[in-house]
Amino acid sequence: MISIFPSLLNGAVITLQLLVVSMFFGLIIGLIFAILRINKNLIINKFAYGYSYFFRGTPLLVQLYLIYYGLANVEFLRNSFFWVIIKEPYWCAIIAFSLNTGAYTSEILRSAFQTIKKGYIEAAQSLGVTKKITFYRIQLPIAIKQSLPAYGNEIILMLKGTSLASVITIMDLMGEARKVNVLTFKPFEAFITAGIIYLFITFIIHNIIKYLEKKYGFQT
Amino acid sequence: MELLSFGDTGWGDELFFATLMTIAVSIAAMAIGFLFALIFTPLKLSKNKSFNIIGNCYTTIIRGVPELLVIYLLFFGGTGAVMYVASIFGYDGYIEINAFITGALAIGIISGAYSTEVFRGAILSIDKGQFEASKVLGIKKNIQFYKIILPQMLRLSIPNISNVWQITLKDTSLISVTGLVEIMRQSYIAAGSTRDPLFFYSVAAVLYLMLTFLSMKLINKLEMKYSKGY
Repeated sequence: MISIFPSLLNGAVITLQLLVVSMFFGLIIGLIFAILRINKNLIINKFAYGYSYFFRGTPLLVQLYLIYYGLANVEFLRNSFFWVIIKEPYWCAIIAFSLNTGAYTSEILRSAFQTIKKGYIEAAQSLGVTKKITFYRIQLPIAIKQSLPAYGNEIILMLKGTSLASVITIMDLMGEARKVNVLTFKPFEAFITAGIIYLFITFIIHNIIKYLEKKYGFQT
Repeated sequence: MELLSFGDTGWGDELFFATLMTIAVSIAAMAIGFLFALIFTPLKLSKNKSFNIIGNCYTTIIRGVPELLVIYLLFFGGTGAVMYVASIFGYDGYIEINAFITGALAIGIISGAYSTEVFRGAILSIDKGQFEASKVLGIKKNIQFYKIILPQMLRLSIPNISNVWQITLKDTSLISVTGLVEIMRQSYIAAGSTRDPLFFYSVAAVLYLMLTFLSMKLINKLEMKYSKGY
């Protein structure tokens, strides 16, 4: 059990890397699409809804395969500059995870935007604050604070999602555990140790979010 | 379109049966999940500390660990465990557990953890006065549960159970790694033999979208039906 620990920890580093990078891009994508969702233009609104509907309605595995196997088969992508990115399984995983978590994040932020009390915006308007400043200084901070608990859940869901990277040959924590299982024929040892590491990461994320909630949480 | 035709030349019929398989696994997993939830919800709500700990361990561990890990553990470990038990009884041959059963059980354990949380939340949101009122009326504990708490719990948990159903439906795609031929596995095979992964994975995505869409419609109808009186 001790002998397999270093290789699993190496895998855990890759898992954390995948998580952090895709959460970063996912947050940006989510923010953009949340703003598009509260837009009054019907076409923009429908487009953003379609995006989130597709990525929330299909399994992450399908999205990963579509990007990893599917895009690699498109001729003009192969000849273009993008080939440098999509030939690497690592970047394919990042793209799939970012788009997936972006869809969920956009829904979380949208519902946060919509639950902001109208009074705040009206108060800002009557004080003569411009629309732009109202958005950046009032709506956005409140929405972010309100969506903290749901976003914490999303981070944990994504941590579990990164385990799918092992299916497309990335040696993350799950991939290392699979390798140990194949090499030693000890499935319980390999997978339970990996499970404990996953639980440990979940526990840490959970506590960080709890701390942030306490510190910055928004009470209406 | 020719690729999707039914019969020997296309993949239409294969994908159709694969879709049925996905639905079957999801329903089986959901049912197993309900069984787990029925065991663990009372444990989580009980006043006994050690029962509480057991219930909390189940939901915390299963919800904190990747779904794939549970599937691998059951798939690789399950065979070994069954063979070990069989060897105690004097049978030393190789036993292979059916991929459907392993898959449904693995996904069931996962969806059970989510269902447990949903049922627990639903019971907690039932007004305390109802428990007290039934106590005052002298209704026995188990009748109180079956006739008063359970119907309300089920109605209250329909919206959240529909979320669990969606999660379960999507999680079944992970069983494909163990070789059960459902939508994901079938499109993997089709993509491999026709060298057209983009097309077949898009078809898989559309099939999953259709399943989620249709089940949403169905569950919304159920919800409308059961909240008529409110």
